[in-house]
Amino acid sequence: MENMVEHLAQERSLEWREALRKSIKSKDRTSLERIDMPEADPVERAKGHIEVNQGLSVQMAVEESRRCLDCPDPTCIQGCPVSINIPKFIKYIEKKDFAGAARSLKETNALPAVCGRVCPQEIQCEASCFYTLKLKTPPVAIGHLERFAADWERKSGNMFIPEVAPANGIKVAVVGSGPSGLAVAGDLVRLGYAITVFEALHEPGGVLKYGIPEFRLPNEIVDVEIDNLKKMGVEFLTNFVVGKTATIQELKEEGYQAFFAGSGAGLPNFMHIPGENANGIMSSNEYLTRVNLMNAAHDDYDTPVLLGKNVAVIGGGNTAMDSVRTAKRLGAERAMIVYRRTLEEMPARNEEIKHAQEEGIEFLNLNNPVEYFADKNGRVNRIRLQKMELGEPDASGRKKPVPIEGSEYELEADLVIVSVGVSPNPLIPQSIPGLKVSRWGTIVVDEKEMQSSVPELFAGGDIVRGGATVILAMGDGRHAAAGIDRYLKKKNRSAS
Amino acid sequence: MNKIISIEHLSENVVKLSIEAPRIAKKRKAGHFVIVKIGEKGERIPLTISSSDPEKGTITLVVQRVGVTSHKIANLHVGDSVTDVVGPLGLTTHIEKFGTVLCAGGGVGTAPLLPIVEAMHKAGNRVITVLAARNKELIILEEEIGGFSDEVVIMTDDGSYGRQGLVTHGMEEIIQREKVDFAVIIGPAIMMKFSSMLTQKYNIPTVASLNAIMVDGTGMCGACRVSVGGATKFVCVDGPEFDAHEVNFDELLTRLGGFKDEEFKAYQTFLETLKKEVT
Repeated sequence: MENMVEHLAQERSLEWREALRKSIKSKDRTSLERIDMPEADPVERAKGHIEVNQGLSVQMAVEESRRCLDCPDPTCIQGCPVSINIPKFIKYIEKKDFAGAARSLKETNALPAVCGRVCPQEIQCEASCFYTLKLKTPPVAIGHLERFAADWERKSGNMFIPEVAPANGIKVAVVGSGPSGLAVAGDLVRLGYAITVFEALHEPGGVLKYGIPEFRLPNEIVDVEIDNLKKMGVEFLTNFVVGKTATIQELKEEGYQAFFAGSGAGLPNFMHIPGENANGIMSSNEYLTRVNLMNAAHDDYDTPVLLGKNVAVIGGGNTAMDSVRTAKRLGAERAMIVYRRTLEEMPARNEEIKHAQEEGIEFLNLNNPVEYFADKNGRVNRIRLQKMELGEPDASGRKKPVPIEGSEYELEADLVIVSVGVSPNPLIPQSIPGLKVSRWGTIVVDEKEMQSSVPELFAGGDIVRGGATVILAMGDGRHAAAGIDRYLKKKNRSAS
Repeated sequence: MNKIISIEHLSENVVKLSIEAPRIAKKRKAGHFVIVKIGEKGERIPLTISSSDPEKGTITLVVQRVGVTSHKIANLHVGDSVTDVVGPLGLTTHIEKFGTVLCAGGGVGTAPLLPIVEAMHKAGNRVITVLAARNKELIILEEEIGGFSDEVVIMTDDGSYGRQGLVTHGMEEIIQREKVDFAVIIGPAIMMKFSSMLTQKYNIPTVASLNAIMVDGTGMCGACRVSVGGATKFVCVDGPEFDAHEVNFDELLTRLGGFKDEEFKAYQTFLETLKKEVT
């Protein structure tokens, strides 16, 4: 940590940074207003799959970058799970060296174009920005600037490929190509390890591909980031289910010396209420995978998807917002969120809720489904909802929803998307004898090294956390990469 | 990409393909299935592995032309490739020496039944197999099944081969004739429903291998959920085999029709395109 502070101070004292700081008075910087992200028109965007956030223009980005004070104690960095040197990349933008900005982002973040779009900056870096903490004014738009730098580089057609250390010939297997796996792969390949990423689906990217819709994160952007990892030497093996196609033990015999399990929380929860297995009721995982990964809404793709006139999405998280906004785009007349608490307690990002409201999504808060009914063909047609009220705070600190007796009523719905969380995928834990798992099925790891009870196996992301964010998974990946490096160095030293 | 090594047309609409998949060939056991996808824009569908050759690194799948994807598979040639094949998925069949095992296969359900018949035979069971289909054309793998069965009974709806009657007739005769300790049934959901009711009547423990709609096949989507003993299970990770007497077959039948309209429309459009290509 000492080193980190020194390193940051050293970079901050570089001549160009000092000159830039002096070029505008702090008072003038703080008097600038935060630049709003341009957004596609709500009516227009709800008809298609164009990105909602359009990205800052060069002029907007440079202007926003001037707000950053380049603080001597950059608290924003502490708010970032992957410790991006935030003032440095922002000052590169102010200097109009956008390639430099992208390069510095990639020192610690393998997926800046992704994080700039989907990170909850408002509770991370931007929450610990000097503006938020001390001035009580809107923070520097760190996320928007990160996205700007990454997009600028991609559009320039001249992507910076980070330098890779000479190959050390040590094989490491990464299980799952979602955010945590990509972060591990990016860090370890740079250190010279031979990395193979095993992916169960036919395309790499994990939740970034099958889960997050095009209007928030175009798949093309994920592909570009994956291509960069390939250029750095990472090998991707799709259609490979570790634990089934080959076990960890078998891969060990093939020469892999360490493993990272980032297989995600791929087991959708249902509520186990009457009628829930009717046709037209599916998990958000199924709905989003059909639409995002399988392109089911396009006629020339073979995968079907059910369309609904009255679509009810059960839940209040980001995945619920993604599902309900997808339903709207696929032509739903009523696209509704059914959530048992109020807007206040909703776990989805404020930005997602705001965008959903603008697009005409209805919010049925303080409502909970208790039963589903189907037509003669077995397709859902009505939901029995019960009204709720908020009681005392529960273990999560949020007020507990309490059912109001006798408040049940029926709502028409011909498509229901259940988005009430996910559980860890059991395939990996099941296939490794002696692996310590929690009672929720998550892999138990040492928090610093991310090492499991099986010494050569490290893990991170949702298989450890049970359901979190892209950036927390990436943070885990970075810690695990460092842990794997230390483990292998120690092991190979004692072996020689 | 998985290359097709051989293709055999078992009937007009049923093909047996042997495809390259060395890792799967090495790992697969009775009960396992794979997910396949044809082409960049294809759909992911589950298919049970019928047999494999670990030496040659190939697996055998049997496919009946019923919709867009199965039609595309049936139209492939030796040397073509199946774009994506992933597996082996699902839990393996529980094999032990039960005594006398009655195996019943309906239509292409005979393909996934084959490795189970083989494993039950090798475990030292007396194996009696009933193969049933609408007509002679649709009775498949009779010889292979015969190789591992002490007796094979053929039933056809129209009497064009074997004896005329439903699978349950053939099964019931055997149950009345001798003591059956265990039963395995695989076929269309409706066939499994009635076969299961029959063995329940005679208190014979029975497993059914369920076919369900799947997307990923690894537990991620929940499309394949089924009610077993009142609890919701995922066919892909909890199955595909379940205690037949606990399975809610009516729900399974309804759920299999979950995309009926979409599938029908897509298939009609696909057939139209094929016609246009020919003319």
